[in-house]
Amino acid sequence: MNSPSRVPTDWRDAARQQRLRRRYAAERRFRLLGLGAILLSAGFLAFLLVTMALKGASGFVHAEVRLDIDFARSAIFLDPAMLKGENAATAVGAADVDTPIAAAATAQLGAEGVRLLSDTAAQTVRRAILADPSILTRQASLWLPASSGLDAAAKDGDDPRMGPVYARLKQSGRVRTGFNGAFLSSADATDPASVGIWGAFKGSLLTMIVTLALAFPIGVLSAVYLEEYAPRNRWTDMIEVSINNLAAVPSIIFGLLGLAVFLNTMNLPRSAPLVGGLTLALMTMPVIVIASRNAIKSVPPSIRDAALGVGASKIQVVFHHVLPLALPGILTGTIIGMARALGETAPLLMIGMRAFIAAPPGDLAEPATVLPVQIFLWSDEVSRGFVEKTSAAILVLLAFLMAMNGIAIYLRNKFEKRW
Amino acid sequence: MADDMILSEAVRHERPDPVETERKMSAVGVSVWYGEKKAIDQVSIDVGRENVTAFIGPSGCGKSTFLRTLNRMNDTIPNARVAGRIELDGEDIYGPDMDVVQLRARVGMVFQKPNPFPKSIYENVAYGPRIHGLAAARADLDEIVERSLQRAGLWEEVRDRLQESGTALSGGQQQRLCIARAIAVDPEVILMDEPCSALDPIATAKIEELIHELRGRYAIVIVTHNMQQAARVSQRTAFFHLGELIEYGETSEIFTNPKVERTKDYITGRYG
Repeated sequence: MNSPSRVPTDWRDAARQQRLRRRYAAERRFRLLGLGAILLSAGFLAFLLVTMALKGASGFVHAEVRLDIDFARSAIFLDPAMLKGENAATAVGAADVDTPIAAAATAQLGAEGVRLLSDTAAQTVRRAILADPSILTRQASLWLPASSGLDAAAKDGDDPRMGPVYARLKQSGRVRTGFNGAFLSSADATDPASVGIWGAFKGSLLTMIVTLALAFPIGVLSAVYLEEYAPRNRWTDMIEVSINNLAAVPSIIFGLLGLAVFLNTMNLPRSAPLVGGLTLALMTMPVIVIASRNAIKSVPPSIRDAALGVGASKIQVVFHHVLPLALPGILTGTIIGMARALGETAPLLMIGMRAFIAAPPGDLAEPATVLPVQIFLWSDEVSRGFVEKTSAAILVLLAFLMAMNGIAIYLRNKFEKRW
Repeated sequence: MADDMILSEAVRHERPDPVETERKMSAVGVSVWYGEKKAIDQVSIDVGRENVTAFIGPSGCGKSTFLRTLNRMNDTIPNARVAGRIELDGEDIYGPDMDVVQLRARVGMVFQKPNPFPKSIYENVAYGPRIHGLAAARADLDEIVERSLQRAGLWEEVRDRLQESGTALSGGQQQRLCIARAIAVDPEVILMDEPCSALDPIATAKIEELIHELRGRYAIVIVTHNMQQAARVSQRTAFFHLGELIEYGETSEIFTNPKVERTKDYITGRYG
């Protein structure tokens, strides 16, 4: 072994030392590169969030104008008895509140006073009457939503036309800015001052429920069948390739498929969350199938042997051992698929969800829109008031996404702990 | 091969008492194929009711494959095919009347690598009785769990931490937990596939001691690489080579006076 001709390695000579230094330098470079990549992506994320927050924050507040309306002297004729029963809303809805508002606005805000109020001012007054019918007999001071022009002036002072008007009203204490509750509780509108996100939010929620209810069980069951039961042959190979391809198909094509199948063939209602959910489920399913198959594959075979060895049947092995162990992986895949579905716009445009919908959907078959489509529609509007509303809607979408992922991560950790 | 067949027949007819007991399982002309490859060729063997039977042989000789045919664990391997007849108490286990789930409850198995479920110690042992509905009430189940752990020699070590995870135990304890899990369903036969190959000598000694204690209550078949272990724990030994049963007989006979040259070569360490 130790032949005398072999020169012992000198671990301290210059060439070796240099080699060692180069290796350490390479390692340091690689670490810095990785750190740089992380910082860069964190920076982009921070930039996105800060920009959206700055632009969108003003979307959650609105300007209100104080108007003193003397209902006792106005021409509103409402029998107090009618304001008690179920028909109160109808009775108030039929009453002419526009005339006293216009009169009060002209008297208190100036000749152009009515145009400083939002179109929804009348609704606010009606709600106030419903909440407290006694104001009909006296003079009441109400805060009514400002028009989009005045609203913009309140948020961005140097508006040449409305700026001075706002300054004058501010001085007389007739205008204030406050949290815009209506933005979170109403649906789309033509006037940017009175739009709300609730319609799109509820549409997204209903659509996601349909998507999850279809894609999750079907996706997981397909994965279980393919992994645990299906024989390995040409057919299952073909199915596997098809599923992988399906996951890579551009989403707009799923939209066209939904249009052709669900709307034109099955005659389901247009722009309904049901159809949106069905279409997105088609898109999400392959993602869930692939993730679930990988998760099921990674369950060690020794666990299956152990269960079979004490006489568990195939289905007991799957439901008692394989699925619980695979669940964290399955949930991760489901999060990815659902997050993609939540942010999807293109396929929903195809099935008519880009329509202007001014009321939140009552059920799965009513026309609705979803958050990303609503953002797309608002970003397309010319009116300046929609800019902040678009950003605000993006914030709501991001919050929805984070809440959804939060729930999924909570569930995942819970199941990981149990096992 | 013909000679070997005659010889194993001869061994069977010799009936060497006192280790010969009533037959529990018997295989006649069993062959196993994996796809085109023949892994087991015409093996015939009897397993005694109160014996520990050891299968020895070099790696890849088919002893584990043959063991897995005894409770049909080979069913789960795609394109594995079994021919011949295997009986449990005279009943064909590959026959149409045999339910594989019940068969595996009657013929339990302990694997090479300890494989407790990632659940609590209690749940590991309770799982089998639970899926077979062997315990009517919680108290019955508690009793089964305690009895099984006691028989597996693990009760004293884990009685205070039954709710802790089974995977947190040491390797030897895990293997005894797996044995407790197997005996919890009250099997008639226990198959052990190299149960000590992943364990240190002390844990191995404990398992061997346990096998001694379990003998008589259960028919035990153990596959092992370790010839000393086979000599220590078994009453009958079968030597496999290249998918064939070369020699089967009383353990002391096999180790002191093998009749076939190949057995002698293996036992004396000529190959293996």
